[in-house]
Amino acid sequence: MSAPAPSALDLTGLRTLPAQVWGAVRLVPLVRDAPVEDLRLGARAYDAAAGFVRTGPRDGYFSYVPHGFVATWTKDGSPAAAYGTRLSADRDPAPAEWMPLRVHRRPARREARDRLRFLPLHLALEGYLALHFDGPSIAWEEWSQRAVRNGLSPRAEQAYAGAAVDGLAEALRVFEIHPGQCGVLLYAADALAAAFVVPHPDDYRSLHATLLQDLYGDLVYHYAMLMPPVREFRADLGGARIRSLADLRAAASRQEAEWAEFHDGTMAAGLLQETYAWRTVYRLGRFTLSRFLPAFRPHEENHIGEAITDERGRVAYLKTFRLSESQIRRGHLLDRLAAHDWHLADTAADFGITETALALRLENAGFGSLLRQDVLDHHRRRRREGQA
Amino acid sequence: METFGDLVAADDVLLFVNAAITATGQREFHASAGEQSLSLDFLHAYMLGNYRDLYAGVLALDINDHNVVLIVRRLLETSGEATVEQRRREGRLIAARLASLPPQRVYGLFSALRRARVNNRRTRAIMRDWLAARPDPALDAVKYRGAFKAALRHAHLPPAGAELADFLFRPQARVRYAAPLLESWRRAHFEKAALYDLPYTVAEGFAARQGVPRAVFLERIAPRMTRLETLRLRESALRHGAGDVPADLTRMPLTRLASYVLSLPVEDRVRRRAELTGALESAARRAAGPLRGRWGKVTAVLDDSFSAYGSGVKRRRPLAVALACHHLLAELANDYTALWTSGRDDALLAFPHGPTPLGRRILDALDTAPSRLVIVSDGWDNAPPGLAAEVLRVWRTRLDPARRTSVVHLNPVHDSGGFDVRRLSPTVPTAGIRDAEDMPALVELAQFAEGRTGLAELTAYLEDRAARLRARAAGRGRTR
Repeated sequence: MSAPAPSALDLTGLRTLPAQVWGAVRLVPLVRDAPVEDLRLGARAYDAAAGFVRTGPRDGYFSYVPHGFVATWTKDGSPAAAYGTRLSADRDPAPAEWMPLRVHRRPARREARDRLRFLPLHLALEGYLALHFDGPSIAWEEWSQRAVRNGLSPRAEQAYAGAAVDGLAEALRVFEIHPGQCGVLLYAADALAAAFVVPHPDDYRSLHATLLQDLYGDLVYHYAMLMPPVREFRADLGGARIRSLADLRAAASRQEAEWAEFHDGTMAAGLLQETYAWRTVYRLGRFTLSRFLPAFRPHEENHIGEAITDERGRVAYLKTFRLSESQIRRGHLLDRLAAHDWHLADTAADFGITETALALRLENAGFGSLLRQDVLDHHRRRRREGQA
Repeated sequence: METFGDLVAADDVLLFVNAAITATGQREFHASAGEQSLSLDFLHAYMLGNYRDLYAGVLALDINDHNVVLIVRRLLETSGEATVEQRRREGRLIAARLASLPPQRVYGLFSALRRARVNNRRTRAIMRDWLAARPDPALDAVKYRGAFKAALRHAHLPPAGAELADFLFRPQARVRYAAPLLESWRRAHFEKAALYDLPYTVAEGFAARQGVPRAVFLERIAPRMTRLETLRLRESALRHGAGDVPADLTRMPLTRLASYVLSLPVEDRVRRRAELTGALESAARRAAGPLRGRWGKVTAVLDDSFSAYGSGVKRRRPLAVALACHHLLAELANDYTALWTSGRDDALLAFPHGPTPLGRRILDALDTAPSRLVIVSDGWDNAPPGLAAEVLRVWRTRLDPARRTSVVHLNPVHDSGGFDVRRLSPTVPTAGIRDAEDMPALVELAQFAEGRTGLAELTAYLEDRAARLRARAAGRGRTR
């Protein structure tokens, strides 16, 4: 797996159009003038609300999988032949039914000759900690045997289904899809909640309603529930210098351009102007499926997500998930640990705190089981006795 | 001398009229049925409490049947609060208005009055007069059997004739009836052939009970269907493989016809283009009447955005109104341009899709330099929001202060949150619209909103309409 240099999201080819508001939810449509024709997505609805995901031969863990997508590649004329040989080696057996639950072998896997099925937000949520999935790279004596052997498993994160987000169902229902629309940015009380981009308008039309079945962070849930309705950005033409219909028309166009500029530069800045650490998951033809992680800066917007990019790095498919503040703090902690090769003392020095404080911070963040029990007990005692 | 209170009253009445024209208490695109009826109930209570005379006067306008029933019901429920003079005036208005209401609505009203235990002398008199004016009591007894019987009971009225009395209240008393319709009804219980002499809605139940296949039933009952029943059942009959239900499209009312056209798949519309366009045009010609070609150069901005779909219970209603207005305006104008918000230009193939760039479309419309600009839209301007209001404001204040172009906005959807139809801009009058056929009258009414006309003129207008309504009702009585 290669690790490209950190870079920003490249939304070239997508235009921002005026937002539509319903309650506290603001939906900003993104329109492609030229749709991506050779990458198509389709929705695969899962009957079971709970998906059962297995990782390897060991115990599986439960994860809510709202829906999986099927990516289809076509190349005008001879679609299957171009990739057939490469994808025909389907060594994965068909998933076996396990009780009444659906069993997924791996979140991303080859399914048919030219199809890749993947479970987008599952991937993204897993990707959050997957960066450090292998656990401590050097087996310093403080880490427990379990952490060294199994990494950060089990990995579970909390999220809300879109249907639970107040007003989202109504907002999506009354939203008027633009011709050529290939994506949407979803704001809850003007906090960017999620970005969703697909290659083709037809895909968008069929997937629009599935936004309701997606996962959203708790910030989105609480904002949508507690915040008052947001205001529309209503046009304001002034009028002092308008002397003809042509002036009026020019002023109207200026309004639209100003909105797009304001949106991309201010409202969506937390998503579009950040750089991300990318991890390639899968390559197929000119497309690359990858996940990205933010810089985990506390008190700022941090989005994780997955994207399919073309050979020039332009986004064909994008789905993001906004992390909550506690998730960011945990990510930040792991990020720093990894930067110091999981050495407790060095990391503590980097934070400017004592080793004891760092150990207790790990425990508070829910990573207590990573430390050896006697080490943790030692630090607890030191804190109790007021030595650090 | 106009007082501030009078201005408020005039505003309130116009607001209520808009609601009474558009709101039906059904689900709309942006609001649920509950929100709609709650909003409407409040308006009725508010009007009745504050302006009883004006509230009754609204009956004379082209408000929808749902609201006619609500108004009449509330007036009769509160008879005790009215003065003698008010009661007399209301009674005449109610009688005249009920005469033009479809019978099922009136029977619905009577049942509601009965449930609400309203049985004052005036209510009984109104029921008596209305029932006495029905052309065929036997038909009513068969078609609206339960409601008819309940109405007679509630108003303490004897049925017309001993046979009808037996039919309703002692069904076992006679072996056969002399009236053919009653006899058919009796025989339809056991004889399949007899049910084809009954009205469609009654026969449908008997057909189901006797297991008559739907296709056979629809084909044979076709001659007994009413005009609107043929329109409603034509496609269903074709799907069932029954023979053609001959719906004479050229005789249909304009907006109903538009709804029918929009319910057809696009391929069918393409195939039957000449027939459908011809029917729409002839309906529009009839609706335009003497005003044909009198409106000068007209440009229309018509909303076919996704929200024109309406809801599951009012399918494509806003779009149907827009389509009907399109054809009517083509007749009223001598130079007509239509601009759909989607940018498509084939009205017959219209379907609700996409955003509502009203501002842009209004700019395009003003480019054609019309003498009259008509906007038919639900008022949810969203691409970008508020541009239509700004364009209209700048146009009115800076580019056309002399009002060479008259602009009117017609809105087919009641906004339950705002207790009114959604307005585009304070500089442009907005009127609710239910049927495109009422457009000339509505444009007349919208002028009241624009010029901030006072209460006196509005009252005079309502009086005038009430007189016309009574004259029409009297005329109808004589021809019968």
